[in-house]
Formats: sequence, C-alpha cells, structure tokens
Amino acid sequence: MNLHEYQGKELFAKYDLPVSMGRVISNAEDAVNACRDIGGNKWVIKAQVHAGGRGKAGGVELINSPNEAVAFAQKWLGKRLVTYQTDADGQLVSSILIEECTDIAKELYLSAVIDRGSQRIVFIASSEGGVNIEEVAKNSPEKVIYESIDPLTGAQPFQARKISKVLGLDKTQTKQFSKILPNLMNLFINCDLSLLEINPLVITTGGNLHCLDAKINIDSNAIFRQPEIAEMHDPSQEDIRESEAAKNDLSYVSLDGNIGCMVNGAGLAMGTMDTIKYFGGSPANFLDVGGTATQERVAKAFKLILADPEVKVVLVNIFGGIVRCDLIAEGVLAAIEEVGVSVPVVVRLEGNNAEKGSEILANAKVKIESLNNLKEAAKKAVELA
Amino acid sequence: MSILVNKDTRVIVQGFTGSQATLHSQQSIDYGTNIVGGVTPGKGGQIHLDRPVFDTMGEAINDVNPNAALIFVPAPFCKDSILEAAESGIELIICITEGVPTLDMLVVKKRVDELGVRLIGPNCPGIITPGEAKLGIMPGSIHMPGSVGIISRSGTLTYEAVKQTTDLGLGQSSCIGIGGDPIPGSSFIDILKLFEADQDTKAIVMVGEIGGSAEEEAAEFIKSEVTKPVISYIAGQTAPAGKRMGHAGAIIAGGKGTAADKILKLEECGVNIAENLLEIGTKTAEVINS
Repeated sequence: MNLHEYQGKELFAKYDLPVSMGRVISNAEDAVNACRDIGGNKWVIKAQVHAGGRGKAGGVELINSPNEAVAFAQKWLGKRLVTYQTDADGQLVSSILIEECTDIAKELYLSAVIDRGSQRIVFIASSEGGVNIEEVAKNSPEKVIYESIDPLTGAQPFQARKISKVLGLDKTQTKQFSKILPNLMNLFINCDLSLLEINPLVITTGGNLHCLDAKINIDSNAIFRQPEIAEMHDPSQEDIRESEAAKNDLSYVSLDGNIGCMVNGAGLAMGTMDTIKYFGGSPANFLDVGGTATQERVAKAFKLILADPEVKVVLVNIFGGIVRCDLIAEGVLAAIEEVGVSVPVVVRLEGNNAEKGSEILANAKVKIESLNNLKEAAKKAVELA
Repeated sequence: MSILVNKDTRVIVQGFTGSQATLHSQQSIDYGTNIVGGVTPGKGGQIHLDRPVFDTMGEAINDVNPNAALIFVPAPFCKDSILEAAESGIELIICITEGVPTLDMLVVKKRVDELGVRLIGPNCPGIITPGEAKLGIMPGSIHMPGSVGIISRSGTLTYEAVKQTTDLGLGQSSCIGIGGDPIPGSSFIDILKLFEADQDTKAIVMVGEIGGSAEEEAAEFIKSEVTKPVISYIAGQTAPAGKRMGHAGAIIAGGKGTAADKILKLEECGVNIAENLLEIGTKTAEVINS
C-alpha cells in the first residue's frame, strides 16, 4: 500500500524528522487560510497523487500569493494528473499540500528498502539528489552508498557517520543525520514499511538537513497490525477494478488486452497470460481466484472481468488440486447464470475429478468451450477474441 | 532416495486443529505420511485425527519425537510458531501460510540460520516425495515416483510441471515449493544443492517467476556447481512493471526482476529453457533422453 506525500510527512513529523510546515486541503476555498496558517510570502504547492514526476507534469508550483494557491487548487482538484509514471488516464488529485518554502543549497538522496538478496533493510544514500538514483548508481557508483542494517542491532551511529562521509556532510549535519538515521529505522520497523524514499533530502541555505519529499510503501501483509496506517488508504489512487478485487480478497491486475483470465494460483495465472501471448493473443487481466474457487468467488471474479468493456472472451484455467473440478464446473455454471455472461467462455479443468467437471460443462444449457488441455484452450480463446 | 522427507519422516502439525490444517493433515495421512501429532496452544490433551494434541512444541518433542514441523497457523502468529519450532530443536520446518509480514521473516530467517534449522516457505505448497510422504497442500494423485526433482516459487504452476512429468512417465524424486514471498526460508540454491547430491534425481526442473534475483543467483550456482541438467520455466513474461502479481515477491521493481532478464541469465549459464509452461514436461524428457 502506498501513502501520499503529506501522509508520509505526517509520519516523519511523528518520528522527529525535519519536514516543512504544511497544510493539506481538499477544497480550493481553504487555500487562503492554509497559506496564512503557514505564514510567510512564498509557498510550494503540490498535487497529491501516488506517482512520481509530478513537477514536470505541472503538479508542483512555487507561488507568491494565496490567490495563486486558490487558482492552483481550482485547476487541479478533481482533475487527473498525468506523469511519466502514470498511465494515460493519470491519477485523481483529491488533495493538495501547501508548504512553507525551503531555500536549498544542495540536494541529496536517501532511501531504505528490504533487500531480498542480503535479507536485510538496506539504506541507499547519494550525494546526487532529486534525480533518478538508478542512473546515478550506473554512471557514478562512487557517489552511492548501500548500508545494510542488522535486524537485531538496528541502525548504529557509526553507520550514520559512514553515510555522512559519502553525502559530504559537515560536522553539524553529521550530528543531525546521526539522529535522522535511527529515527527512520524505527519508522521503517514500527510501521512495517517495504520502501521509504526521500528524494531529495536537502541541505538548506541555513546549513541544515531537511526532508523535502516522502515516498512510503507499506507491506500489505502487515496492514492487519497497522490500524492507523490502514486509515490512510486512498482507494481513489487505485484502478477501480483492482480495489474492488482487493475488497473481495481476489488478486487482480488490469492489462490492455481483450482475453479475460480467471485462474487459481498466482504463478499459473501469470503462466496462463504468457500462454495467451504465446499463441498471439493479449490478456485483459491477471486474476488469481485463490485455492478455493467456490461459486461465490467465481461469480465475483466473472463480474470483475466483465466490468472491463474490452473483454471479448473469458478463459477459465483451473488446476484442481484439493478442490474438485466437478464442484468448480458447477460453480462456473451457476456464476455464468447469476452474472449473465454474454461473451464466449472457454474453460480448462485439470486435476482432481477433471473428467466429471468437463462432462457437467458439456451438458450445460449455456454454451461453454470445455477443453482439458491448456494449449487447446488458450488457442481457442485467442481465436474467439 | 529423495530429499528432505521420506516415509520415515515424523511430522508434527502446528495449528493442527484449525480447519485448513485438519483438511490437509487428513489428506497427508491418507497419502501415507507419518503424522505423529499436532500442536495447538490451549488444546493440549485432546485427540485430533486419532493423534495427540499438545500445547507446546517442547511437550510434543518429548512425547512423540517428531523431526519435521508443518505449520498452518494464521499469518499474524507464524513468527511465533516458526521460532517455537526452531528453538525446540526440530530439523525441518515447512510453513504453508500466506501473508506473513516481511519484517517478521527478516528476523525469523536470521534466527533459523543461526540455529541451523532448515525452513521451507512461507507461502508455499510444501514438500512431497511421491509414494512416501506429503507435507503440504499439493494434490497427491498427480505425482508419481521417478527421477525429476522439482523446485518452484508457485503452487499451481508446480502442479502443471508435476502433471506433465507424470504424464510422460518420468515421475518425480521430490517436489519442493519454496514459496512466493520476498524473504523465503530456503532459496533455489539451497534446494539445488540437495537435488545435486540425491542419487535418484536425474534432472531438475526449476520454476521461477518475475521479481527479485533468486533465479539469476541460482543460474550462477548451476553454472559452477550443478552437474545434472536443469530445465527452467519463468512465469510472468507478460506481467507489467510495478504491479504485484498475486505473490508478495512477484513484482518488477525499478526495471529489475523481469522474466526476460532471468531467462537470458539462465540461458547464459547453460540452463534449458521451457519457453512456455506447456513445454516443461516435453523439454525435460528431451533433456533426459539426449
């Protein structure tokens, strides 16, 4: 789960990390008061969406009067911001962050991830900030440091000093960073983060370290023990069908093609998409109905798939492991009837009681292409699409 | 021979009395697996599936002397259950549960490594040695004793590989699902070592998927350390970047972990690639018979 910048900064503030004073608004008329609350005569105003590249897309501006804040809010609230990280539809802007202006002397980069290779939380820092870190790592690897944290000891001061050297910090800033690092580590652990990125972390003209941005991802597996963070979930930033699927405990990702896929198991679901492509077709979605493909779940899955107007045919691929294929066949039939499926349906059943399942489908009133061979089923689906 | 489990493996099931554990334990027992009891805190002293239930692993170890633990407890409690099993002195732990928080696994993995305990999973179908023992949720009927060792990050995709090798009469020595999470207890390399040493395994099928770099690391290992032929299929060739494809670990992040990169690396290291999942069985037969 992703957080908005303003939510990330709220967490930063709780962990005593240096962030700008700011206000979040969701109505244009609140912009003037927000500017007055913050004070000063220069502000940064930022559209809040779950995507990077906002600045280049016009979603971040420097403003000199509260009226400009109102104008910006009127321009963006309720609209969709398209950046190089979003799709062509962009992301809905439902809130805007107004902040005091920070005078920047130097931009740095800092992030923390769970590194799968070393199985540790690793901090990544660079003296080059505000840019794509992968590019820096490729072109000037000496400017990037990776510091791995032992889960039992946590982040130690010597590690902060080590990173400070690479960042080129002076004595005062090194002291500041020695507080920032353990605080970020505590935030990472306590809130079950999977990614934390501050790009840029800046040195202000006053010589102090300051977090100018906040990108945070939370481990979805740990949301159950993070009730406060669960409240921060913003479904408006997700694909409508994907969030509908999540509500029903189905794993769904929408794609560009026209062959709807319903599969049990994530690996097989990907394998099925690949097979469709292999035979020249294009999958409309990834969908894992899970190990227990009951009638109820199958019906919900059909509804989701058919909500996509591009879908011309549905391919159901079930490997009946523990579940019996005859029960699945009955579930598929009942679901088709319940949902009123009008596009052709190709079903491949394999495994436990597959023959009995195919028989049930063959004798059904609705027309279903039932094949117990994935190759033939995928070919058929591609042909019908 | 086989790897990790056989007919002599004495299995204790943690979370024994839960509905999933009951269903799958019964199937394992029917398959011939030697399940010697279970652990469910608060239910010690009861009899479940004709086997004793204990409150703690310590009591189970004293009473029924298991050497493998099979875990079905809900995700929030897996850290506790895995650590309890590891500290009890058991040699092998298999955690089936999906949805364990990654930070829990970070600590658990470090501890089981320190203790020298082998952990398989979480978020996996388990292990089966056909005809001998089934510690997991895979359908026993599609397996057949034979010569192919199968390792996979996915459940149902493993079943495809199993079915195809059974249909072609090759059969399997053992099949291991290492799970689809970012921090698995055992890696491809850990299991490749075991199959390389197993006399009954003539070829190894490695089913990978997008995300992380476990397949690339395995490729390097295969090049230098594995003498047996390896056949690999990588799922997710059509997966978009930045989206989690069901499994927590199946995500292309920062342009890394694509199927194309993995396939390229595996090919470079001499691994036989099944381009499509339909070809896993035939490719394996071709390699074995050549």
